[in-house]
Amino acid sequence: MTMQTTDLTVRKTVTVSAPREHAFRVWTERFNDWWPSGHHIGEADMERAVIEWREGGRLYERGVDGSECDWGRVLVYEPPSRIVCSWQIGGDWKFDPDPEHGSEYEVRFIEQDENTTLVEFEHRNLERHGAESAQKLYGAFSNEAGGWSGILEGFAKVASES
Amino acid sequence: MSALGDPTRRAIFERLAEGPSAVGELAKDLPVSRPAVSQHLKVLKEAGLVSDQQVGNRRVYQLDPAGIGALRAYLDQFWNQALAAFKEAAEQTDEEVR
Repeated sequence: MTMQTTDLTVRKTVTVSAPREHAFRVWTERFNDWWPSGHHIGEADMERAVIEWREGGRLYERGVDGSECDWGRVLVYEPPSRIVCSWQIGGDWKFDPDPEHGSEYEVRFIEQDENTTLVEFEHRNLERHGAESAQKLYGAFSNEAGGWSGILEGFAKVASES
Repeated sequence: MSALGDPTRRAIFERLAEGPSAVGELAKDLPVSRPAVSQHLKVLKEAGLVSDQQVGNRRVYQLDPAGIGALRAYLDQFWNQALAAFKEAAEQTDEEVR
């Protein structure tokens, strides 16, 4: 693994005061309950964030108008210890059906004691979003309209501070 | 203001989207001075949108692979928010169950 790849990985840990099985089920079965609702890519307001918790299952949003926008796929599903999903949303905030252009995130649930779970999170392979993404990013920044302008404002703020 | 919120910086960014370029070449095509171009490039570089490279005696600027520095910074902040919300949901519902 090159230095650049290492630097581009987002790593997080969070300790949850709940049993491992429970934590895993909240991540999968209750996905919509905690997913930040402002974070979606469809034109319509999001009604629900959905994860089909099985290998090969879809991750997608359903809009209030019934439309659906894919986000990625479940790559690995190993309850209650691990889930890996692809993140196929590029710099234009649109779904890219080619998994080769997508990054992926892994969530590991590690039992500390019967009521404590360490959650290790890793979002990797960001470089796969590719060089084209920079140009799309420009297009996204210059487009102020759309349901995702809030995301872009957040993005722009972070981008300008980093 | 975002790195691409400035029209001159957008113009530089667009120009670099067509291919790598040196400061002098960019300044020639744009109605701004060479030091101003350098300053804008510095902002774009700090935002992870542009990278530079020494080629012989020239410093050449190009789009950073996908502005991935910016994408990473965004995701880093996003996942902090999402994981905090997940923790809250997991701990709250666990209490309700018992």
